[in-house]
Amino acid sequence: MNQPAWTGPNSTRAPAQPGRGEPSSLADILERVLDKGIVIAGDIRVDLLDIELLTIKIRLIVASVDRAREMGIDWWEHDPALSSQERDVVEENRRLRRRVGDLEAERSAGPAQVTASGAEEATEPAAEEEHRRPEPAGEPDSRPDGGRSADRGRRP
Amino acid sequence: MNGAVWVYAVVPEPAGDNGTDLLSGDTTGVAGESVRLVAEGGLAAATGSVPLSDFAEEPLKEHLEDLRWLEAAARAHHQVIEELHRATDVVPLQFATVYHDDDAVRAVLAGRAGDFAAAFARTRGRDEWGVKAYVDPGAPAPAAEPEESGGGTPGTAYLLRRKAEQRSREDAYGRAEKRAEQLRAALADTAEQEVAHRPQDQRLAGYEGWMILNDSFLVPRAGAEDFSTCVTACREQFPDVRLEVSGPWPPYSFVGRENREERP
Repeated sequence: MNQPAWTGPNSTRAPAQPGRGEPSSLADILERVLDKGIVIAGDIRVDLLDIELLTIKIRLIVASVDRAREMGIDWWEHDPALSSQERDVVEENRRLRRRVGDLEAERSAGPAQVTASGAEEATEPAAEEEHRRPEPAGEPDSRPDGGRSADRGRRP
Repeated sequence: MNGAVWVYAVVPEPAGDNGTDLLSGDTTGVAGESVRLVAEGGLAAATGSVPLSDFAEEPLKEHLEDLRWLEAAARAHHQVIEELHRATDVVPLQFATVYHDDDAVRAVLAGRAGDFAAAFARTRGRDEWGVKAYVDPGAPAPAAEPEESGGGTPGTAYLLRRKAEQRSREDAYGRAEKRAEQLRAALADTAEQEVAHRPQDQRLAGYEGWMILNDSFLVPRAGAEDFSTCVTACREQFPDVRLEVSGPWPPYSFVGRENREERP
């Protein structure tokens, strides 16, 4: 895996010779047009999908697309996977908050030895964290750089 | 006006005519519309008139969830910016910057003139080059010590083996990180600025092994040859790494990330 590989708009040329026309890779384009470029508030406000969430969604699709095509299934075209995933997180948040609230109420209401550890568990932010950044099972190695990337996790 | 205005990029206002030389006549945008310039105060925004039926808030949100739509639109957005980049200096705007009308666009050109000027000053006459580096995580570590299997029970042997596997994986991470830092330092020598992107999704980008580096470098056009030479040198110096170069790109990654945090 050592051969020179020039990819992208200019894949077969030396860099000093501008001359394009080759389609760039979708991943390269998306990470630039969605995540880069100067940011100016428009009149029409939309939240762009975070590139990381987007690739998760795309990964689901790419993983299934060939097999599904063979079977003549086209669910991915209308697949609400991501939004439903977000709903799940919101719902889980709400559930956890309610639980914490209940536990706190119980504790302040009376002698509540039972609840202290439960409350700690329920407030554990990792639950939310994990859902926001799901990593597919079986591929834990695809990101060896840990927290290195400069633009990782900037969005709240 | 029953439409909206999508903005692709900002360029210096072309002298003379309305900038027809910047864009070939058949350049179309995200809605298949023709792209035109809206000028104000020495700057011009490359814009397209798009229908509200697709680009008002609600339909646009829906489209953004539709990956086929998103791919086509992202490519169209990029295509316009790339064509401008071939002809002039360009400051790309983030995807999906949409206004109600040309007046709003002119107001932005006037109101953010300072930001655009700063972005032009940073990127004028320069290109963005992307470099990705891959390693094979299964490649043997240099001078690996065979692990003592120890006397003990089968259970102990198992645990020791697991521990050794874990250690060798950590070692591989460590080597990959070190390699990435060495590459970044070497390449940054011939670039003015450098930005690290996340490693790309394996299946989306279709690669094997680990992507240990996915960086963009801002390189003056006159220095493109040096940058290329530097890449070649890195290939020779680090034969365990596969390097992939893309570009020249419009300077997407260098036009104003400092604005990022202000996003509502």
